[in-house]
Amino acid sequence: MSSYTAHFKVWRGDADGGGLQDFQVEVNDGEVVLDIIHRLQATQASDLAVRWNCKAGKCGSCSAEVNGHPRLMCMTRMSVFRRDETVTVTPMRTFPVIRDLVTDVSFNYTKAREVPAFVPPKGVAAGEYRMAQQDVERSQEFRKCIECFLCQNTCHVVRDHEENKEAFAGPRFLMRIAELDMHPLDAAEETGLNRAASAQEDHGLGYCNITKCCTDVCPENIHITDNALIPLKERAVDRKYDPLVWLGSKIRRRGQ
Amino acid sequence: MATGTTPTTPVTEASGGRAHGRAAIAARHLRTDRWWVPPLVTALGLGAFIAYATWRAFANSDYYAAPYVSPFYSPCLASNCTSMKGGADWPLFGDWWGLSPALLVLVFPLGFRLTCYYYRKAYYRGIWWSPPACAVAEPHAKYTGETRFPLILQNVHRYFFYLALIVAGILTYDAVLGFRDPSGDWGHMGLGTVVLLVNIALIWAYTVSCHSCRHVIGGKLRHFSKHPVRYRLWNRVGALTARHMLLAWSSLISVGVADLYVYLVASGAFDDPRFF
Repeated sequence: MSSYTAHFKVWRGDADGGGLQDFQVEVNDGEVVLDIIHRLQATQASDLAVRWNCKAGKCGSCSAEVNGHPRLMCMTRMSVFRRDETVTVTPMRTFPVIRDLVTDVSFNYTKAREVPAFVPPKGVAAGEYRMAQQDVERSQEFRKCIECFLCQNTCHVVRDHEENKEAFAGPRFLMRIAELDMHPLDAAEETGLNRAASAQEDHGLGYCNITKCCTDVCPENIHITDNALIPLKERAVDRKYDPLVWLGSKIRRRGQ
Repeated sequence: MATGTTPTTPVTEASGGRAHGRAAIAARHLRTDRWWVPPLVTALGLGAFIAYATWRAFANSDYYAAPYVSPFYSPCLASNCTSMKGGADWPLFGDWWGLSPALLVLVFPLGFRLTCYYYRKAYYRGIWWSPPACAVAEPHAKYTGETRFPLILQNVHRYFFYLALIVAGILTYDAVLGFRDPSGDWGHMGLGTVVLLVNIALIWAYTVSCHSCRHVIGGKLRHFSKHPVRYRLWNRVGALTARHMLLAWSSLISVGVADLYVYLVASGAFDDPRFF
């Protein structure tokens, strides 16, 4: 087992200010960035704040930016860096910092609450839901989300424009709308809620310019743009801009 | 600090607090990789094609060398076209159109590609820098995305997809005509036939891999189990859609190469090698 000393720069501070602090720290084979942050806590900076839980890429807690890339620290191997490379670790930029590497991600919970929940179908009790696998597999892909909020953090719509936070739900919650809109049993339509139109009108789907950074940073490799955001945009087009779809729905209605 | 703690070693790159309580990091980004290479390559690639296509579209010459017609000039919708034996030579616009006939046609593939979800990503990143790369701050003070004019017009992609199907059909007809010899008899094949065939295969692959196509084919359905044929097609199109970027570039290059080939043959730069 070999070890070496790495140069780390870790952002330390809080909402009042802060900056990058230098550390020389031991690195061993097989370690990830979160291991090094823990070593810093244990040996050099006992008050260094970092949020973490599972260390297995499943809880979504240790989101940060490593050399400028939004990443899970527990899933970023030290072996991807050269031994003489400085590794810079900063908190997610899009959210208010609480302290050091810990940010306040409550923006995301606010946005989550704005998305209308699953509407149960009439006449089918809980526990009696039956769905064909091919009908539900699209929604299931989105259920892999671990809510690390790296997609929300990297999306330039809110990362570079704080003022858009009010109007824009972000990729994670537009994906949630897509998940429900594609769900075979969701009965929102029967209650008068068109989720695709609502995504555009109420949740800022139009702000998305499909530059795919959300997909690039997703640690669960969910195809957010191709499978959620673009299909949602297409569904909005169905509702608002496609004359053939409009004509087809008129003819069908007449035939009923 | 609000927590009452102080770093044990000096802070080396300090700056003031940022608005909205974000971490005080002044740099636009902290990426250490060559993040600027993809947007640069994209901008150069698109720029080169636009320059070439503009020259050829306005040239109004050397676009037909029997039996080959440049994809830039087919269908030919004005009376001022070179006569093409059995080709898509339909002067719908009559003789009042005095400019290059390519301008009448290129608006359709141009609109299709301009509003394409992949090309949008490409030029938003490579040309408009919105953003130039992931986690690299964009230079614009304000951003409204595709919520208002003119970018809300990106939603017309669906219409251009329908039109692109027609254009692809006509180019397929042109490619089939490549099996005729210059005098119009069937049973010919030259290098130009291969060039047109490869081009039309890539154009169809790009057109069918379009996200709008994927949606129309089956993406709009809620219950795939009730539409097994469309579900199967949706899966097939989805496999192509995953390669949409590759197909976008390869079909862009192939259409340029096909036009260049016809130009070289029509201008007499070289003779089309004939296989049979």
